[in-house]
Amino acid sequence: MPSGLSTHLKRLEAESIHIIREVASEFRNPVMLYSIGKDSSVMLHLAMKAFYPSKPPFPLLHVDTTWKFREMIQFRDETARRLGINLIVHINEDGVKRGISPIASGSNVHTQVMKTESLRQALDKHGFDAAFGGARRDEEKSRAKERVFSFRTANHTWDPRNQRPELWNLYNTRVKQGESIRVFPISNWTELDVWQYVQAEDIPVVPLYFAAQRPVLERDGTLIMRDDERLPLLPGETPQMRLGRVRTLGCYPLTGAIESGAASLDDIIAEMLASTTSERQGRLIDSDEAGSMEKKKREGYF
Amino acid sequence: MAQPLAASLASTAAIAEAASEKSLLRFITCGSVDDGKSTLIGRLLYDTKLIFDDQLAALEKDSRKYGTTGPAIDLALLVDGLEAEREQGITIDVAYRYFATAKRTFIVADTPGHEQYTRNMATGASTAGLAVILVDARKGVLTQTKRHSFICSLLGIKNIVVAINKIDLVDYSHVVFAEIEEAYRDFAEQLDFDSITPIPMSALTGANVTTPSEDLPWYSGPTLLEHLEEVDVDTDLRLKPFRFPVQWVNRPNLNFRGFSGTLASGEVRPGDPVVVSSSGKSSRVASIVTMDGELDVAEAGDSVTITLEDEVDIARGDVLAPPTARPEVANQFSAKLIWMEEERLFPGRSYLLKLATRTVPATVTGLKHKIDVNTLDELAAKTLALNEIAEVNIETGAAIAFDPYSDNRETGAFILIDRETNATAAAGMVLHGLRRATNIHRHATSVDRAARARIKRQKAAVLWFTGLSGSGKSTIADLVEQKLAVRGQHTMLLDGDNIRHGLNKDLGFTDADRVENIRRVGEVAKLFVDAGTLVICCFISPFEAERALVRELVGEGEFVEVFVDTPLETCIARDPKGLYRRALAGEIPNFTGVSSPYERPDNAELVLATADADPDALAERVVAEMISRGLIEA
Repeated sequence: MPSGLSTHLKRLEAESIHIIREVASEFRNPVMLYSIGKDSSVMLHLAMKAFYPSKPPFPLLHVDTTWKFREMIQFRDETARRLGINLIVHINEDGVKRGISPIASGSNVHTQVMKTESLRQALDKHGFDAAFGGARRDEEKSRAKERVFSFRTANHTWDPRNQRPELWNLYNTRVKQGESIRVFPISNWTELDVWQYVQAEDIPVVPLYFAAQRPVLERDGTLIMRDDERLPLLPGETPQMRLGRVRTLGCYPLTGAIESGAASLDDIIAEMLASTTSERQGRLIDSDEAGSMEKKKREGYF
Repeated sequence: MAQPLAASLASTAAIAEAASEKSLLRFITCGSVDDGKSTLIGRLLYDTKLIFDDQLAALEKDSRKYGTTGPAIDLALLVDGLEAEREQGITIDVAYRYFATAKRTFIVADTPGHEQYTRNMATGASTAGLAVILVDARKGVLTQTKRHSFICSLLGIKNIVVAINKIDLVDYSHVVFAEIEEAYRDFAEQLDFDSITPIPMSALTGANVTTPSEDLPWYSGPTLLEHLEEVDVDTDLRLKPFRFPVQWVNRPNLNFRGFSGTLASGEVRPGDPVVVSSSGKSSRVASIVTMDGELDVAEAGDSVTITLEDEVDIARGDVLAPPTARPEVANQFSAKLIWMEEERLFPGRSYLLKLATRTVPATVTGLKHKIDVNTLDELAAKTLALNEIAEVNIETGAAIAFDPYSDNRETGAFILIDRETNATAAAGMVLHGLRRATNIHRHATSVDRAARARIKRQKAAVLWFTGLSGSGKSTIADLVEQKLAVRGQHTMLLDGDNIRHGLNKDLGFTDADRVENIRRVGEVAKLFVDAGTLVICCFISPFEAERALVRELVGEGEFVEVFVDTPLETCIARDPKGLYRRALAGEIPNFTGVSSPYERPDNAELVLATADADPDALAERVVAEMISRGLIEA
């Protein structure tokens, strides 16, 4: 096998490839959710490996909230072009018409309408019966209990108390008309595994992960990168240039940057090993209420 | 809090080097309620510095709200993820946790101890190489300890750690420790473990979890973490015969045809001879393809794409193996089964069986005995309920390749799927193949079903009348047969009277017997269809699964389901045989509609609402339906 993958990364890679192929073999119409972040990049790379020399037999779907960093959109389009993969971009036009935004509507409503509802619209529109997501169990407590093949009702809801037991590597892929399964091929990877794999396999990631001088606003102790003019400045506020980067990617007004000088993969891995805060700490939507992520997931968020 | 462990490593190069030698250990923790499993895992995460400042802050907040440890941080809250559990103070499902030391990375399955969640424990155990079984030092070896150990052994775990927890609450007593060790070893003699390692500890105080404790001077063994870092659990799948279940046929263009899959066991090299399990056709491996280039060798656990030297017909579900060490190929085998859904198992009912990459229809043909998980006693059984374990015989719709589970966990494990609800109904482990059926080859006859039916100027089929007792099934069916007789058609009527008084007189009216009753009726009807006959069947047949079974047995297009739809109140009012009166008085148990369910058909070919229709007109509708289906001539 390639370069210098450790035994344990080799195992994780083989397990993920097995899962991805299982979906392609057993579902009528699968799709891969592509969120442009590092986890999606790894998942997509694994899909390319799973079917080589064929191309992955499913399209990518990006649910665009219209508030992603411009660099993300550029990276997304380049990636699809480079790999020659069909990319579907879905925007909740109804939400756009209603003027939903993280600024005017707050993070809760924005996420509900532009991500959760938008995703449901896209899945219903194309009749997808399986959707890959790049979530990992080490990210968040409710994710630790989710299956690799996670059943969704026809309304896209998740019932954590009624999950199918998942034994060995034998996945139950049966669904009725309208029902679907969310599949998480990198469930067993940790953040460190992801970065070490990105490095070993030389996988392109969005430049925002690497430190650079960027204009930021400091609000309530969080550094916000003002990606365009839509984010209004408060009276007396001016963006300041700071050396920093993001640890996870989301909608730019909802993604806190960290002050960091990590400009290479080596630096990022070293910084992460020394870090005393968890990965999703910069994600404002996780903490807006108690049991926050579990609630969102029950409603159909990824 | 202290810096993460790995941060002390001087350079990333050193980290990368350490990482490349790192192996992976998957283990499961199990124990009774309040034995402290979640606390133990919380302790491992905490002591290996995998808890970050923001998580710690959230934990402190949660400890004040939900904690059970007073002013101290409740480590269990780290692990008990779901909101509902936090409020109840219990773990309800399997949760997976990840941590690493310089030597190993670990995936921990945390599974609950309550009786009703046996299935979750089996789930966690299915991928684990080692089990940590918690025993409360104050309580010793409990019934649940035995149950969990038995399930671990059933799922093929060979290495056991007996974590004798809360040792601080028995004053770090060596005597207590020794007594528990002895009791456990006595019990475990009948289970098939390779190693049993008892370790005294306190998850709450941290004693002997990751650091030795001064309070345990009599103990000289490793701490739990030391043991987990060192223990060798590799059953070495590489040394077993090569097995390659084909997952996906890889055909990007006309010039490439490969077979993608994960090596279940063994090794393979270009040039190796292989056979295809289903057909016995043979070839040689031409190349092992990956995106990183072709490989000289692939081993157990690798996901690759294999090309062969010859054009051989291969599909998903086939298994490639060496000609000298082939898997068994059969359509009958014995197995251990763990029942995992609320709906009971009924022998004779049709399920889907998934083994490696193959999915086929299957039925449990015999329930040899169930196993009491507390005493390991073998008990007679007619059905299985949730969390029950049994030894069974299974028949599959097509021959499949497998190995005994004790030889190969990858090609000896299967699941059963409920065809109605799609629930995962059972987990199974193959014991051995049954040769009986493989030696009875079906004899292809020269005069077949179609030929026999042609002589009778008809197409053979089953007309299946289903409905409540007193719904009018027999009345309508009798009229239909009269009309067909007048038309010169060859018919046979099967109903409760001519079947239950003869062929099925050994059966009663329990759910299990009802399933067997319909299975036999289906087989008889099929023989009549083979004889070219139009078979009219009148059975309450309350369960969708059995109607589906007969439909499948007879074949699509030759099965016409007629649902005689009469409201229960009307049937009770008619009560032609006085049965409802007696059932409602409690004199007849398991009476459909009263004390036993009737599942309305969703996909009947014909629904006859009898409310205000004339039976003769309804019979005419059945005949018209047969004509429109081309079964008889107009």
